[in-house]
Amino acid sequence: MLTDLPLLSLIIWLPILGGVAVFALGESRVAWGHRLALLVSLLAAVLGGMLYAGFDNSTAAMQFVERTAWIEAFDAWYYLGIDGIALPLILLTVLVTPLVVIAAAQSVRLRASQYLAAFLIMEGIMIGVFAARDALLFYVFWEAMLIPMFLIIGLWGGPNRVYATIKFFLFTFFGSVLMLVALIYLYRQAGTFDLHTLQQLPLGLTEQLWIFMAFFAAFAVKIPMWPVHTWLPDAHVEAPTGGSVILAAIMLKLGGYGFIRLSLPITPDAAMALDWLMVGLSLIAIVYIGFVALAQSDMKKLIAYSSIAHMGFATLGFFIPFMIVAGGETTGARMAVEGGMVQMISHGFVSAALFFCVGVLYDRMHSRQIGDYGGVANTMPVFAAFMVLFAMANAGLPGTSGFVGEFMVILASFRANIWIALLAGTTLVLGAAYTLWLVKRVLYGEVANERVAALHDLSRREFAILGALAVAVLGIGLWPAPLVDMMSVSVSALLDQVLVGKL
Amino acid sequence: MQEQNTTFTMPDFLPALPEMFLLGAACVVLLADLFFPGRNRGLTWLLSLVALAGTAVCVLALEVGEHGVMTFSNTFVLDQLAILMKLAVLAASATVLVYSRHYLAARDLHRGEFYTLTLFSTLGMLVIISAPHLLTLYLGLELMSLCLYALVALNRDSAVGAEAAMKYFVLGAIASGLLLYGMSIIYGVTGSLQLDEIAAFIGAQEERHLGLVLALTFVVAGLAFKLGAVPFHMWLPDVYHGAPTPVTLLIGSAPKIAGFALVFRLLVEGMEHLYVDWRDIFILMSVLSLVAGSVVAIAQTNIKRMLAYSTIGHIGFLLMGFIAGTSEGYSAALFYALVYVLMALGAFGMILLLSRKDFEADNLDDLRGLNARSPWFALVMLLVMFSMAGVPPTIGFHAKLAVLSAVVNAGFLWLAVLGVIAAIVSAFYYLRVVKLMYFDEPQDNAPLSGGIDMRVLLSSNGIAVLVLGLMPGALLTATIAAIP
Repeated sequence: MLTDLPLLSLIIWLPILGGVAVFALGESRVAWGHRLALLVSLLAAVLGGMLYAGFDNSTAAMQFVERTAWIEAFDAWYYLGIDGIALPLILLTVLVTPLVVIAAAQSVRLRASQYLAAFLIMEGIMIGVFAARDALLFYVFWEAMLIPMFLIIGLWGGPNRVYATIKFFLFTFFGSVLMLVALIYLYRQAGTFDLHTLQQLPLGLTEQLWIFMAFFAAFAVKIPMWPVHTWLPDAHVEAPTGGSVILAAIMLKLGGYGFIRLSLPITPDAAMALDWLMVGLSLIAIVYIGFVALAQSDMKKLIAYSSIAHMGFATLGFFIPFMIVAGGETTGARMAVEGGMVQMISHGFVSAALFFCVGVLYDRMHSRQIGDYGGVANTMPVFAAFMVLFAMANAGLPGTSGFVGEFMVILASFRANIWIALLAGTTLVLGAAYTLWLVKRVLYGEVANERVAALHDLSRREFAILGALAVAVLGIGLWPAPLVDMMSVSVSALLDQVLVGKL
Repeated sequence: MQEQNTTFTMPDFLPALPEMFLLGAACVVLLADLFFPGRNRGLTWLLSLVALAGTAVCVLALEVGEHGVMTFSNTFVLDQLAILMKLAVLAASATVLVYSRHYLAARDLHRGEFYTLTLFSTLGMLVIISAPHLLTLYLGLELMSLCLYALVALNRDSAVGAEAAMKYFVLGAIASGLLLYGMSIIYGVTGSLQLDEIAAFIGAQEERHLGLVLALTFVVAGLAFKLGAVPFHMWLPDVYHGAPTPVTLLIGSAPKIAGFALVFRLLVEGMEHLYVDWRDIFILMSVLSLVAGSVVAIAQTNIKRMLAYSTIGHIGFLLMGFIAGTSEGYSAALFYALVYVLMALGAFGMILLLSRKDFEADNLDDLRGLNARSPWFALVMLLVMFSMAGVPPTIGFHAKLAVLSAVVNAGFLWLAVLGVIAAIVSAFYYLRVVKLMYFDEPQDNAPLSGGIDMRVLLSSNGIAVLVLGLMPGALLTATIAAIP
């Protein structure tokens, strides 16, 4: 019965149309806008639950498939479907968005209905990226996402928001249009935009290398990898809380998803040929950016750099399998990719939680500078408990979700090269250093000033948001099996194809 | 299909019915306007719209086969392509009239001349579209251009307007001269003015005739002037800037479709065998237009000038479709032209909406804080701007995709890469417009002008940019079907 409904279309278009409706309600009926937005985002979460319930773990085939002609002139189809790689990311999206909507009721006053509309539309578009099985449809969703995010940062951001948002847009647009040229080239070779056909399309190594580089431009900017990461700290610092949350929790994951969905299967031999580059850049992200994070005096910037370091683990997990297999091992490859995926989901929750924490403080003090805080735990004990939990998760403490992914990736890296594993392992030190130092400076010590002394603890709304995220973080940390099971068959199928190559 | 008798036979008038109707209707408007006193100029407006609508009905009523019909001794053709383009031109002209009325009425410009000249220039465009013959082509071109020259000078007390009109006229006349000179050489070499015969003559030649290459150079230069491709673009920013905004709206919209028809009929239908020769010139012009259009626009503070340079950039993309040299490429260029007209109507329409009595909203700063003044029209303009930048899900993306796909297929991958880089650079100034509308505070809070008719049409204009972007299939198929 569940499969009779076009669930994927519903989960994409319901938030988009809901967003339009909230926009149409206008600023004068903003209370209704809040209710409608919450209702829509919760309905989307229910639809996500239905997807999960109806999903079959035992097959790598696309499920919930919908296929209708879209643009006949390009042989492009409105073709949706999910596998075990897309589903966790969709679930992440539908779980985080309601929290952003809930948080908005308290912290956003200016043009609140436009704010809510932008986030709902974002939600639908991002799910569209994860669900698209047609390269053109994928691209349309991929680019469309820039418009609401551009407005979110620019309208509700901090003092330097215009610079940040234009930089964000131009950086990501630059990467995307190169991907577009690559997709057009592929379309010309294959005669279709169907992703499955493109994955089977035979390509020479030179072609693959060029296409891989074009994809790299799009995905490396998005995820982001060193050295094209510079837009991210700016965007995060200037974005409003909700914008930072969505940016860190979901949009960065789109880059990782792009590597898995397009780069690896379409250009496997180029990925193999350039695995040293990808692994090297991932390690730079983990080690160098870890040090950069240590030096930050702005809380949001610190978390932004920590995001880059954590996403380095995801890319390490996606590209190290080639080295593992080259060393004669085969078992570690799947663990590496799964570890990268778990890392993405975990980081989605952890970074969202940390940005919410900063948002809680910012709403009260209107400062993101670490130096303005100190001794917050004295006045906000409940908040402090949550923040310590999320900081631990960010540092990769066993029992939290942050541990699972990092552990899997490091373990797999040992099978490739002990030095890579060692370098990756430095995150356990660096991550702990910058996160715990942040906690120490903000939460502990003497009450720093009168404004900190006047702080009041979490409201019920904030408690609900952080509580929900804490459940997710601990849940994945203590019992990651359901998440890993969801994706393992799809990951195996992906690796079977990728490691054979096209040549 | 046609008998070539020495005795006189009555030609088939039916294919030219729309043109004849429009000619008659324009004369009626001209006469009727004399009897309407100033405050009843609305009747002239209504009558002009009826004239355009009636012409569209005539176009729709005509049936043509797959290959079209020729008449008037093969000097007039009506095919699928012509029907599609005529409908687009008529729709664009009607939109111009709706958008302009309020603006003209608020100034001392609400005269019958605007309407009659617009109708006659529309007639010229229709003639160009249906021209399989050099003379018909030239006739239509001059009819269109002369009316436009006069329209630019509509506000006779404006020094900028007079300067723009003078520039437009002198440069336009030079362009026409170049074109005519090229045509005369073609006639001298091939002995025919009819495009299919010219094509047959060139095709039959074993070696490329040097005279034809010379003629081609003149023809292409003339066309480039009319289109505004770099390095023949100098008139365009000044004319866009100097003309009254409704006239800029007119020049910026429907004539681009006629420009496509001009290039298609002359170079593709007439001289496709010289493809390699004109392709190389087009590549150069396309590259220069892309660069100039995207870079120079950044420095503009006047939105009409900015849109003028943006037009030049768009022409660079449009030329890509011709560079591909396949019917797929030509339909992509046609699609691009249609989409461009839709976007230009929205953008210039917004300037008209923001202007009011004694106030011209033609500086970028006048868009400041539009979101606070009217969230809906800010959204409309946002869609138009992102469409011009080529960001999905708007129709502008599919237009760029179509031409890029065509040039990639023709083996010009580097040109496609250059195109997308130009798109990134130009995204910057479109984003700046969005930034002004959304992120800045308004400077004046006067309510927006414009009647309900204009508001509804402008809103549909914006919605069309989005909806066609989500479902571009039908329009794409129509443009592909139009080009055999």
